[in-house]
Amino acid sequence: MNANPLHAHAPSVPITAARRGETIVSLRGVDKTFANGTTALSGLNLDIDTGEFVSLLGPSGCGKSTALRILAGLIDPTRGDVVWPGDAAATADHRGDIGFVFQEPTLMPWATVEDNVYMPLRLRGVSKARAQEAIDSCLALVGLDKFAKAYPRELSGGMKMRVSIARALSLRPKLLLMDEPFAALDEITRFKLNDDILRLQREFACTIVFVTHSVYESAYLSSRIVVMAARPGRIIAEIDVDAPGDRTEAFRTTPHYADLCRQTSAALHGAMGFDEHL
Amino acid sequence: MNTHSTATLTDTTTTLQTDVAPENGRDFTMLLRIGLPLVLFALVIWAWEAYVTAYNVPHYVLPAPSRIMATMIADWPVLYTSLLQTLKTTFLGLMLAILGGVGLAVLLSLSRLVEYSLYPYAVVLQVTPVVAISPLLLIYLPQETAVLTCAWLVAFFPILSNTTLGLQSVDRNLLELFDLYGSTKPKWAPAWLGRLLSRIKALWYLRAPAALPYFLAGLKIAGGLALIGAVVAEIAAGSAGAGSGLAYRIIESQFRLNIPRLFAALALLSITGVVIFLVMSGISHLLLRRWHESALKRER
Repeated sequence: MNANPLHAHAPSVPITAARRGETIVSLRGVDKTFANGTTALSGLNLDIDTGEFVSLLGPSGCGKSTALRILAGLIDPTRGDVVWPGDAAATADHRGDIGFVFQEPTLMPWATVEDNVYMPLRLRGVSKARAQEAIDSCLALVGLDKFAKAYPRELSGGMKMRVSIARALSLRPKLLLMDEPFAALDEITRFKLNDDILRLQREFACTIVFVTHSVYESAYLSSRIVVMAARPGRIIAEIDVDAPGDRTEAFRTTPHYADLCRQTSAALHGAMGFDEHL
Repeated sequence: MNTHSTATLTDTTTTLQTDVAPENGRDFTMLLRIGLPLVLFALVIWAWEAYVTAYNVPHYVLPAPSRIMATMIADWPVLYTSLLQTLKTTFLGLMLAILGGVGLAVLLSLSRLVEYSLYPYAVVLQVTPVVAISPLLLIYLPQETAVLTCAWLVAFFPILSNTTLGLQSVDRNLLELFDLYGSTKPKWAPAWLGRLLSRIKALWYLRAPAALPYFLAGLKIAGGLALIGAVVAEIAAGSAGAGSGLAYRIIESQFRLNIPRLFAALALLSITGVVIFLVMSGISHLLLRRWHESALKRER
């Protein structure tokens, strides 16, 4: 399945921490070629374990978003499989287990914050009355309980993103997939949301796969950083992060964090090395 | 789910925007916006009246505003019946255009096949001038139906094209979210039925609200056009014989050189058009004021 030597993991990167739990979902030998002939992914193998915070890090065009979409079932791989080991039936529907957060908040402008969060539950046929408790607690989790009746246009970019996260949490997903969710936000808001997302993961005990192009963000958040390279999209390094679970702002100033950033940067430069012109 | 979490995460960057624009300034702007056109209108009417009186212009050439007003009152029974007739045609034409336009737009959005086969004909109907079609319609259809068909024809397309555009203007990511959360197909259903069901769901939850502003913009255009269609058809029909709408009164007054009545009928048509526009704008504002950019005031 993994015959192509290009996507063997770089041996120079030490692998320190042990995996935390059982595999929740895997990509096995996934290729993706788009209709226009672009090869987005080639022979991708990736196991996501329960409780992990996995960052997919890489230059633009390395297929990290594509990999995330394949995990979500939003697009189908050209070759290879998405395997959920917990299930006997290969065709079982996992969409209820997944929360997805896009780069943009992607809210319905005509609906209140509350109704936006209610949307996935509504589609599952849950009545508003029965969903109310879940909606309220999701909004409280992201600190927006006072804004339930507001419309998206009344909120700042960071608040909209929180609504988007609350919506993704409303079905209590086992797996939260985030596609560069904070890339369009200012740094202050981003740092704040970084802390929030770590806290949410602790409280929610969910597994997170997080696509980013920021070395610092991935180093701060992850329990494992998967570095990808472009053309074709493939994994070139995996860095297991051996750091405390409850990271705070202070972590950003530790030598360990600096070391992690350096190590990740080096791996990323390796990734760019194939494409000097990037 | 943990509800006891620290709720101290309110965004530091912004708080809710509130409407704190200075009340006085806005009131003054409103006054200007309503007052200035009225003042101008009064000036024009006054100048018209003065000109007609000063130069003794015969009323069959240019009647004075006062004479038009007097005619309007004297001929009210006739004009009122005509007004009702024209209103009825316009309103029915618009209703049918809404039904047909929205219905067809929904069909087009559900099926590519329908879109490919029908849309070109909708365009052909639109670009063919209705004045040129109305004589034919009058041959083939009873007069009242023909007039109604004309009103419908011109009002139909703006609603169809705007609604179609609106139904397609949903955020791609929102549609993907729908795919992720929404496509739960009943176990007994075949795959195609599941697809259709999820399309209908997306139509109802996503495409319809997203299309609403577009539809309302189309409605604003269509309201005025329905009146124009009714008038054009009445003029075509009026010259062919019977008919009692306002446009027919205009033709009739022209033949009889009853120019004051012509002006009175024209004024009624104008007022009708303005009222239709105001009603459509009002509906649009009511439906969009909470969320759509077009209905928002700019904060300064």
